Amino acid sequence: MESLDAAAVALVRAGDRDAFRPIVERYSAMLFRLAYRITGNEADADDIVQETFLRAYRKLDSFDGRSSVSTWLFRIATNCSLDLLDRRKTQPQLLASDPEEREGTPEERVPSEQPNPERMAYSAEMQASIQAALQSLTSVERTAFVLRHIEGRSVQEIAAALNVRDGSARHSVFRAVEKMRRILAPAMRPVG
Amino acid sequence: MKHISQDELILHFYGEGGNGVPEHIARCSECRANFEQLSRTLSAIAFPEPPSRKEDYGAEVWSRIRHKLPERPRVIRWWSVPSRRWATAACVAVLIASAFVAGRYTNRPSARTLDTANNAQLPQKVLVVALGDYLDRSEMLLVEVAHANRPEDLDLNMQRRNATELIANNRLYRQTAQRVGDAGTDALLDQLERVLVELAHTPQGASAADIQQLRQEIESGGLLFKVRVAQVHMKAQAESGNPVRTAGDQSPIL
Repeated sequence: MESLDAAAVALVRAGDRDAFRPIVERYSAMLFRLAYRITGNEADADDIVQETFLRAYRKLDSFDGRSSVSTWLFRIATNCSLDLLDRRKTQPQLLASDPEEREGTPEERVPSEQPNPERMAYSAEMQASIQAALQSLTSVERTAFVLRHIEGRSVQEIAAALNVRDGSARHSVFRAVEKMRRILAPAMRPVG
Repeated sequence: MKHISQDELILHFYGEGGNGVPEHIARCSECRANFEQLSRTLSAIAFPEPPSRKEDYGAEVWSRIRHKLPERPRVIRWWSVPSRRWATAACVAVLIASAFVAGRYTNRPSARTLDTANNAQLPQKVLVVALGDYLDRSEMLLVEVAHANRPEDLDLNMQRRNATELIANNRLYRQTAQRVGDAGTDALLDQLERVLVELAHTPQGASAADIQQLRQEIESGGLLFKVRVAQVHMKAQAESGNPVRTAGDQSPIL
Protein backbone atom coordinates (compact mmCIF):
# COMPACT_ATOMS: atom_id res chain seq x y z
CA MET A 1 0.00 0.00 0.00
CA GLU A 2 2.81 2.39 0.86
CA SER A 3 4.52 1.86 -2.49
CA LEU A 4 1.21 2.64 -4.20
CA ASP A 5 0.93 5.85 -2.19
CA ALA A 6 4.52 6.81 -2.94
CA ALA A 7 3.96 6.19 -6.63
CA ALA A 8 0.79 8.27 -6.59
CA VAL A 9 2.66 11.11 -4.90
CA ALA A 10 5.39 10.90 -7.55
CA LEU A 11 2.76 11.08 -10.30
CA VAL A 12 1.08 14.12 -8.79
CA ARG A 13 4.44 15.82 -8.44
CA ALA A 14 5.05 15.05 -12.10
CA GLY A 15 1.88 16.97 -12.97
CA ASP A 16 -0.78 14.27 -12.96
CA ARG A 17 -3.49 15.77 -10.79
CA ASP A 18 -5.80 12.76 -11.13
CA ALA A 19 -3.20 10.51 -9.53
CA PHE A 20 -4.21 12.13 -6.25
CA ARG A 21 -7.60 10.44 -6.48
CA PRO A 22 -6.60 7.00 -5.13
CA ILE A 23 -5.10 8.67 -2.08
CA VAL A 24 -8.32 10.59 -1.48
CA GLU A 25 -10.43 7.49 -1.95
CA ARG A 26 -8.23 5.36 0.29
CA TYR A 27 -7.99 7.66 3.29
CA SER A 28 -11.21 9.72 3.36
CA ALA A 29 -13.11 7.40 5.70
CA MET A 30 -10.18 7.08 8.11
CA LEU A 31 -9.75 10.86 8.25
CA PHE A 32 -13.49 11.37 8.71
CA ARG A 33 -13.50 9.12 11.78
CA LEU A 34 -10.51 10.95 13.23
CA ALA A 35 -11.98 14.40 12.56
CA TYR A 36 -15.37 13.39 13.94
CA ARG A 37 -13.86 12.12 17.17
CA ILE A 38 -11.91 15.32 17.68
CA THR A 39 -14.65 17.77 16.72
CA GLY A 40 -17.74 15.75 17.62
CA ASN A 41 -19.54 17.20 14.63
CA GLU A 42 -20.41 15.40 11.41
CA ALA A 43 -20.47 18.40 9.08
CA ASP A 44 -17.23 19.73 10.52
CA ALA A 45 -15.61 16.34 10.06
CA ASP A 46 -16.64 16.32 6.39
CA ASP A 47 -15.14 19.80 5.96
CA ILE A 48 -11.94 18.74 7.67
CA VAL A 49 -11.53 15.76 5.36
CA GLN A 50 -11.70 18.05 2.35
CA GLU A 51 -9.44 20.66 3.89
CA THR A 52 -6.91 17.96 4.77
CA PHE A 53 -6.60 16.80 1.18
CA LEU A 54 -6.46 20.34 -0.18
CA ARG A 55 -3.64 21.18 2.22
CA ALA A 56 -1.87 17.93 1.48
CA TYR A 57 -2.03 18.57 -2.26
CA ARG A 58 -0.70 22.08 -1.87
CA LYS A 59 2.10 20.92 0.43
CA LEU A 60 2.97 17.84 -1.55
CA ASP A 61 6.43 19.13 -2.36
CA SER A 62 7.24 19.29 1.34
CA PHE A 63 6.35 15.63 1.88
CA ASP A 64 9.73 14.01 2.32
CA GLY A 65 8.58 10.40 2.44
CA ARG A 66 10.14 9.70 5.83
CA SER A 67 6.70 8.89 7.20
CA SER A 68 3.94 7.10 5.35
CA VAL A 69 1.31 9.05 3.43
CA SER A 70 -1.32 7.92 5.95
CA THR A 71 0.73 9.27 8.87
CA TRP A 72 1.30 12.50 7.02
CA LEU A 73 -2.42 12.88 6.30
CA PHE A 74 -3.23 12.00 9.90
CA ARG A 75 -1.03 14.89 11.07
CA ILE A 76 -2.58 17.34 8.63
CA ALA A 77 -6.10 16.26 9.62
CA THR A 78 -5.23 16.65 13.30
CA ASN A 79 -4.03 20.18 12.64
CA CYS A 80 -7.11 21.01 10.57
CA SER A 81 -9.27 19.73 13.43
CA LEU A 82 -7.31 21.75 15.93
CA ASP A 83 -7.69 24.88 13.81
CA LEU A 84 -11.41 24.34 13.67
CA LEU A 85 -11.67 23.85 17.43
CA ASP A 86 -9.69 27.04 17.93
CA ARG A 87 -12.03 28.93 15.62
CA ARG A 88 -14.96 27.59 17.59
CA LYS A 89 -13.73 29.25 20.78
CA THR A 90 -15.82 32.20 19.73
CA GLN A 91 -18.89 29.97 19.99
CA PRO A 92 -19.46 29.49 23.73
CA GLN A 93 -22.31 27.05 23.27
CA LEU A 94 -19.89 24.57 21.74
CA LEU A 95 -16.85 24.99 23.93
CA ALA A 96 -17.37 25.26 27.64
CA SER A 97 -15.14 27.15 30.01
CA ASP A 98 -13.13 25.65 32.85
CA PRO A 99 -15.21 23.27 35.05
CA GLU A 100 -14.62 25.40 38.15
CA GLU A 101 -16.52 28.20 36.45
CA ARG A 102 -19.56 26.00 35.95
CA GLU A 103 -22.32 25.66 38.44
CA GLY A 104 -23.57 22.44 39.96
CA THR A 105 -22.51 18.84 39.49
CA PRO A 106 -22.39 17.15 36.09
CA GLU A 107 -25.69 15.45 36.88
CA GLU A 108 -27.32 18.80 37.57
CA ARG A 109 -25.85 20.39 34.47
CA VAL A 110 -26.78 17.63 32.08
CA PRO A 111 -30.27 16.25 32.55
CA SER A 112 -30.78 12.62 31.76
CA GLU A 113 -33.32 12.07 29.00
CA GLN A 114 -33.94 8.44 29.95
CA PRO A 115 -34.86 8.17 33.65
CA ASN A 116 -35.82 4.46 33.51
CA PRO A 117 -34.61 1.84 33.89
CA GLU A 118 -31.81 2.94 36.15
CA ARG A 119 -28.97 1.41 34.16
CA MET A 120 -30.06 3.18 30.99
CA ALA A 121 -30.37 6.37 32.91
CA TYR A 122 -26.90 5.89 34.27
CA SER A 123 -25.53 5.26 30.82
CA ALA A 124 -27.18 8.35 29.38
CA GLU A 125 -26.01 10.35 32.34
CA MET A 126 -22.50 9.05 31.92
CA GLN A 127 -22.47 9.92 28.22
CA ALA A 128 -23.72 13.40 28.96
CA SER A 129 -21.09 13.80 31.65
CA ILE A 130 -18.40 12.66 29.22
CA GLN A 131 -19.56 15.24 26.72
CA ALA A 132 -19.55 17.91 29.39
CA ALA A 133 -16.09 16.85 30.51
CA LEU A 134 -14.80 16.90 26.92
CA GLN A 135 -16.12 20.40 26.44
CA SER A 136 -14.15 21.53 29.45
CA LEU A 137 -10.89 20.67 27.70
CA THR A 138 -8.88 23.10 25.65
CA SER A 139 -8.60 22.28 21.96
CA VAL A 140 -5.08 20.89 22.41
CA GLU A 141 -6.08 18.83 25.46
CA ARG A 142 -9.11 17.44 23.72
CA THR A 143 -7.13 16.52 20.62
CA ALA A 144 -4.34 14.94 22.66
CA PHE A 145 -6.87 13.00 24.72
CA VAL A 146 -8.76 11.72 21.68
CA LEU A 147 -5.53 10.67 20.00
CA ARG A 148 -4.29 8.86 23.12
CA HIS A 149 -7.52 7.45 24.50
CA ILE A 150 -9.56 6.66 21.38
CA GLU A 151 -7.06 6.46 18.55
CA GLY A 152 -4.44 4.69 20.67
CA ARG A 153 -1.60 6.92 19.46
CA SER A 154 1.63 7.08 21.43
CA VAL A 155 2.84 10.27 23.06
CA GLN A 156 5.50 10.57 20.37
CA GLU A 157 2.91 10.33 17.61
CA ILE A 158 0.71 12.90 19.32
CA ALA A 159 3.68 15.23 19.71
CA ALA A 160 4.50 14.89 16.01
CA ALA A 161 0.87 15.49 15.03
CA LEU A 162 0.56 18.57 17.22
CA ASN A 163 4.05 19.75 16.30
CA VAL A 164 5.07 20.04 19.94
CA ARG A 165 7.70 18.36 22.08
CA ASP A 166 7.00 14.99 23.67
CA GLY A 167 6.82 16.57 27.13
CA SER A 168 4.16 19.04 26.02
CA ALA A 169 2.08 16.32 24.43
CA ARG A 170 2.40 14.19 27.55
CA HIS A 171 1.26 17.05 29.78
CA SER A 172 -1.68 17.77 27.51
CA VAL A 173 -2.80 14.17 28.00
CA PHE A 174 -2.25 14.42 31.78
CA ARG A 175 -4.23 17.63 32.07
CA ALA A 176 -7.03 16.20 29.96
CA VAL A 177 -7.27 13.04 32.06
CA GLU A 178 -7.23 15.04 35.30
CA LYS A 179 -10.07 17.28 34.13
CA MET A 180 -12.05 14.32 32.89
CA ARG A 181 -11.60 12.52 36.21
CA ARG A 182 -12.65 15.54 38.22
CA ILE A 183 -15.83 16.08 36.23
CA LEU A 184 -16.72 12.42 35.96
CA ALA A 185 -16.07 11.58 39.63
CA PRO A 186 -19.68 12.21 40.75
CA ALA A 187 -20.99 10.07 37.91
CA MET A 188 -18.69 7.18 38.79
CA ARG A 189 -21.03 5.64 41.34
CA PRO A 190 -22.01 1.97 41.58
CA VAL A 191 -25.01 0.98 39.49
CA GLY A 192 -27.83 -0.56 41.46
CA MET B 1 7.79 4.20 50.46
CA LYS B 2 7.74 6.55 47.49
CA HIS B 3 4.41 6.30 45.70
CA ILE B 4 3.77 6.43 41.99
CA SER B 5 2.55 9.78 40.69
CA GLN B 6 -0.80 10.24 38.96
CA ASP B 7 1.01 11.02 35.74
CA GLU B 8 2.92 7.77 35.88
CA LEU B 9 -0.29 5.89 36.59
CA ILE B 10 -1.89 7.50 33.54
CA LEU B 11 1.03 6.47 31.36
CA HIS B 12 0.87 2.98 32.83
CA PHE B 13 -2.83 2.75 31.97
CA TYR B 14 -2.02 3.57 28.36
CA GLY B 15 0.84 1.09 28.24
CA GLU B 16 3.58 3.71 28.24
CA GLY B 17 4.62 3.47 31.88
CA GLY B 18 8.17 3.19 33.09
CA ASN B 19 9.94 0.11 34.41
CA GLY B 20 8.93 -1.13 37.84
CA VAL B 21 5.44 0.40 37.85
CA PRO B 22 3.52 -2.91 37.68
CA GLU B 23 5.69 -4.38 40.45
CA HIS B 24 5.12 -1.36 42.67
CA ILE B 25 1.35 -1.45 42.10
CA ALA B 26 1.34 -5.13 43.00
CA ARG B 27 2.90 -4.56 46.42
CA CYS B 28 1.54 -1.07 47.31
CA SER B 29 -2.15 -1.05 48.26
CA GLU B 30 -2.43 2.75 48.07
CA CYS B 31 -1.07 2.96 44.54
CA ARG B 32 -3.11 -0.08 43.57
CA ALA B 33 -6.31 1.60 44.79
CA ASN B 34 -5.39 4.78 42.92
CA PHE B 35 -4.71 2.88 39.76
CA GLU B 36 -7.95 0.89 40.00
CA GLN B 37 -9.95 4.07 40.43
CA LEU B 38 -8.17 5.70 37.49
CA SER B 39 -8.75 2.60 35.36
CA ARG B 40 -12.47 2.53 36.21
CA THR B 41 -12.88 6.13 35.14
CA LEU B 42 -10.85 5.92 31.97
CA SER B 43 -12.44 2.60 30.98
CA ALA B 44 -15.87 4.19 31.30
CA ILE B 45 -14.97 6.90 28.79
CA ALA B 46 -16.23 5.57 25.51
CA PHE B 47 -16.97 7.66 22.46
CA PRO B 48 -19.94 6.93 20.25
CA GLU B 49 -19.03 5.42 16.90
CA PRO B 50 -18.69 8.07 14.17
CA PRO B 51 -21.61 8.17 11.76
CA SER B 52 -21.09 5.75 8.93
CA ARG B 53 -20.16 6.97 5.48
CA LYS B 54 -21.20 5.49 2.16
CA GLU B 55 -18.84 3.08 0.48
CA ASP B 56 -18.04 5.65 -2.19
CA TYR B 57 -17.35 8.39 0.34
CA GLY B 58 -13.80 8.77 -0.97
CA ALA B 59 -15.09 9.26 -4.52
CA GLU B 60 -17.54 11.85 -3.20
CA VAL B 61 -14.75 13.74 -1.48
CA TRP B 62 -12.70 13.58 -4.66
CA SER B 63 -15.53 15.02 -6.76
CA ARG B 64 -15.91 17.86 -4.27
CA ILE B 65 -12.23 18.83 -4.18
CA ARG B 66 -10.97 18.00 -7.66
CA HIS B 67 -11.83 21.35 -9.20
CA LYS B 68 -10.13 23.10 -6.29
CA LEU B 69 -6.79 21.43 -6.91
CA PRO B 70 -4.44 23.68 -8.85
CA GLU B 71 -2.77 22.32 -11.94
CA ARG B 72 0.86 21.35 -11.48
CA PRO B 73 3.43 21.68 -14.24
CA ARG B 74 3.49 18.41 -16.17
CA VAL B 75 6.81 16.66 -16.52
CA ILE B 76 7.24 15.20 -20.02
CA ARG B 77 8.26 11.57 -20.03
CA TRP B 78 11.21 10.89 -22.29
CA TRP B 79 9.52 7.94 -23.95
CA SER B 80 6.37 9.88 -24.77
CA VAL B 81 8.12 11.92 -27.46
CA PRO B 82 6.43 10.62 -30.64
CA SER B 83 9.51 10.59 -32.84
CA ARG B 84 11.26 8.32 -30.39
CA ARG B 85 8.39 5.93 -29.81
CA TRP B 86 8.73 3.87 -32.92
CA ALA B 87 12.50 3.86 -32.66
CA THR B 88 12.15 2.59 -29.13
CA ALA B 89 9.68 -0.06 -30.21
CA ALA B 90 12.08 -1.27 -32.89
CA CYS B 91 14.97 -1.35 -30.43
CA VAL B 92 12.81 -3.19 -27.96
CA ALA B 93 12.04 -5.96 -30.40
CA VAL B 94 15.74 -6.44 -31.05
CA LEU B 95 16.58 -6.22 -27.36
CA ILE B 96 13.98 -8.79 -26.38
CA ALA B 97 15.27 -11.22 -28.95
CA SER B 98 18.81 -10.58 -27.70
CA ALA B 99 17.71 -11.04 -24.12
CA PHE B 100 16.27 -14.45 -24.78
CA VAL B 101 19.44 -15.49 -26.55
CA ALA B 102 21.56 -14.07 -23.73
CA GLY B 103 19.43 -15.87 -21.19
CA ARG B 104 19.93 -19.20 -22.93
CA TYR B 105 23.65 -18.59 -23.29
CA THR B 106 24.22 -17.79 -19.63
CA ASN B 107 22.46 -20.99 -18.64
CA ARG B 108 25.23 -23.04 -20.24
CA PRO B 109 27.66 -24.44 -17.65
CA SER B 110 30.65 -23.67 -19.89
CA ALA B 111 30.09 -19.93 -19.82
CA ARG B 112 32.09 -19.43 -16.61
CA THR B 113 33.67 -16.15 -17.56
CA LEU B 114 30.37 -14.36 -17.96
CA ASP B 115 29.14 -12.08 -15.24
CA THR B 116 26.13 -14.25 -14.53
CA ALA B 117 24.45 -11.87 -12.11
CA ASN B 118 24.58 -9.05 -14.63
CA ASN B 119 23.31 -11.24 -17.44
CA ALA B 120 20.51 -12.57 -15.30
CA GLN B 121 19.22 -9.02 -15.04
CA LEU B 122 19.37 -8.40 -18.77
CA PRO B 123 15.86 -9.63 -19.58
CA GLN B 124 14.45 -7.44 -16.86
CA LYS B 125 16.35 -4.42 -18.13
CA VAL B 126 14.85 -5.12 -21.52
CA LEU B 127 11.44 -5.41 -19.97
CA VAL B 128 11.90 -2.05 -18.29
CA VAL B 129 12.76 -0.31 -21.54
CA ALA B 130 10.02 -2.05 -23.46
CA LEU B 131 7.30 -1.49 -20.93
CA GLY B 132 7.97 2.22 -20.70
CA ASP B 133 6.80 2.67 -24.25
CA TYR B 134 4.13 0.01 -24.13
CA LEU B 135 2.48 1.36 -21.01
CA ASP B 136 2.55 4.85 -22.42
CA ARG B 137 0.60 3.73 -25.47
CA SER B 138 -1.78 1.69 -23.35
CA GLU B 139 -2.40 4.61 -21.06
CA MET B 140 -3.32 6.87 -23.98
CA LEU B 141 -5.81 4.33 -25.24
CA LEU B 142 -7.34 3.77 -21.81
CA VAL B 143 -7.66 7.51 -21.22
CA GLU B 144 -9.47 7.93 -24.53
CA VAL B 145 -12.00 5.27 -23.57
CA ALA B 146 -12.28 6.37 -19.94
CA HIS B 147 -13.17 9.89 -21.03
CA ALA B 148 -15.74 8.86 -23.62
CA ASN B 149 -19.36 9.28 -22.64
CA ARG B 150 -20.89 8.27 -25.96
CA PRO B 151 -19.79 6.06 -28.85
CA GLU B 152 -19.37 9.20 -30.99
CA ASP B 153 -16.59 10.33 -28.67
CA LEU B 154 -14.47 7.43 -29.88
CA ASP B 155 -12.87 6.56 -33.17
CA LEU B 156 -13.64 2.90 -32.68
CA ASN B 157 -11.91 1.72 -35.85
CA MET B 158 -8.67 3.26 -34.74
CA GLN B 159 -9.02 2.22 -31.13
CA ARG B 160 -9.83 -1.38 -32.00
CA ARG B 161 -6.78 -1.52 -34.25
CA ASN B 162 -4.56 -0.06 -31.50
CA ALA B 163 -6.00 -2.50 -28.98
CA THR B 164 -5.29 -5.45 -31.27
CA GLU B 165 -1.71 -4.33 -31.75
CA LEU B 166 -1.23 -3.84 -28.02
CA ILE B 167 -2.64 -7.31 -27.30
CA ALA B 168 -0.03 -8.87 -29.55
CA ASN B 169 2.77 -6.98 -27.77
CA ASN B 170 1.21 -7.69 -24.40
CA ARG B 171 1.72 -11.42 -24.77
CA LEU B 172 5.38 -10.98 -25.57
CA TYR B 173 5.93 -8.77 -22.55
CA ARG B 174 4.02 -11.14 -20.32
CA GLN B 175 6.26 -13.99 -21.38
CA THR B 176 9.30 -11.88 -20.52
CA ALA B 177 7.79 -10.85 -17.18
CA GLN B 178 7.08 -14.49 -16.36
CA ARG B 179 10.58 -15.44 -17.43
CA VAL B 180 12.21 -12.97 -15.01
CA GLY B 181 9.72 -13.86 -12.28
CA ASP B 182 8.10 -10.42 -12.17
CA ALA B 183 4.69 -11.45 -10.85
CA GLY B 184 3.46 -7.88 -10.36
CA THR B 185 4.06 -6.87 -13.96
CA ASP B 186 2.60 -10.15 -15.13
CA ALA B 187 -0.61 -9.49 -13.16
CA LEU B 188 -0.86 -5.95 -14.48
CA LEU B 189 -0.41 -7.08 -18.08
CA ASP B 190 -3.01 -9.78 -17.54
CA GLN B 191 -5.54 -7.23 -16.32
CA LEU B 192 -4.64 -4.89 -19.14
CA GLU B 193 -5.00 -7.62 -21.72
CA ARG B 194 -8.54 -8.45 -20.64
CA VAL B 195 -9.62 -4.84 -21.15
CA LEU B 196 -7.79 -4.62 -24.46
CA VAL B 197 -9.47 -7.80 -25.70
CA GLU B 198 -12.85 -6.39 -24.77
CA LEU B 199 -12.04 -3.16 -26.58
CA ALA B 200 -10.77 -4.99 -29.64
CA HIS B 201 -14.07 -6.88 -29.83
CA THR B 202 -16.31 -3.89 -29.35
CA PRO B 203 -18.57 -3.70 -32.40
CA GLN B 204 -18.50 -0.66 -34.66
CA GLY B 205 -22.10 0.19 -33.76
CA ALA B 206 -21.46 0.01 -30.04
CA SER B 207 -24.11 1.53 -27.80
CA ALA B 208 -23.58 3.99 -24.99
CA ALA B 209 -24.10 1.08 -22.60
CA ASP B 210 -21.22 -0.80 -24.26
CA ILE B 211 -18.94 2.18 -23.79
CA GLN B 212 -20.09 2.53 -20.21
CA GLN B 213 -19.27 -1.14 -19.67
CA LEU B 214 -15.76 -0.58 -21.00
CA ARG B 215 -15.28 2.42 -18.77
CA GLN B 216 -16.37 0.42 -15.77
CA GLU B 217 -13.87 -2.30 -16.66
CA ILE B 218 -11.11 0.29 -16.65
CA GLU B 219 -12.24 2.05 -13.50
CA SER B 220 -13.30 -0.87 -11.34
CA GLY B 221 -9.88 -2.48 -11.14
CA GLY B 222 -8.02 0.83 -10.92
CA LEU B 223 -6.31 -0.19 -14.14
CA LEU B 224 -5.41 3.29 -15.33
CA PHE B 225 -3.88 4.10 -11.98
CA LYS B 226 -1.89 0.88 -11.91
CA VAL B 227 -0.58 1.57 -15.38
CA ARG B 228 0.55 5.02 -14.28
CA VAL B 229 2.21 3.62 -11.18
CA ALA B 230 4.05 1.09 -13.28
CA GLN B 231 5.17 3.90 -15.59
CA VAL B 232 6.71 5.70 -12.63
CA HIS B 233 8.59 2.53 -11.68
CA MET B 234 9.74 1.98 -15.23
CA LYS B 235 10.86 5.55 -15.59
CA ALA B 236 12.80 5.41 -12.32
CA GLN B 237 14.48 2.20 -13.37
CA ALA B 238 15.21 3.43 -16.86
CA GLU B 239 16.74 6.63 -15.53
CA SER B 240 18.82 4.95 -12.82
CA GLY B 241 19.90 2.14 -15.08
CA ASN B 242 19.43 -0.22 -12.15
CA PRO B 243 16.46 -2.53 -11.90
CA VAL B 244 14.57 -2.02 -8.68
CA ARG B 245 14.35 -5.78 -8.33
CA THR B 246 16.65 -8.50 -9.47
CA ALA B 247 15.69 -11.36 -11.70
CA GLY B 248 13.89 -14.03 -9.74
CA ASP B 249 12.59 -11.58 -7.14
CA GLN B 250 8.95 -12.48 -6.68
CA SER B 251 7.88 -9.19 -5.11
CA PRO B 252 5.27 -7.47 -7.24
CA ILE B 253 6.10 -4.24 -8.96
CA LEU B 254 2.90 -2.62 -7.67
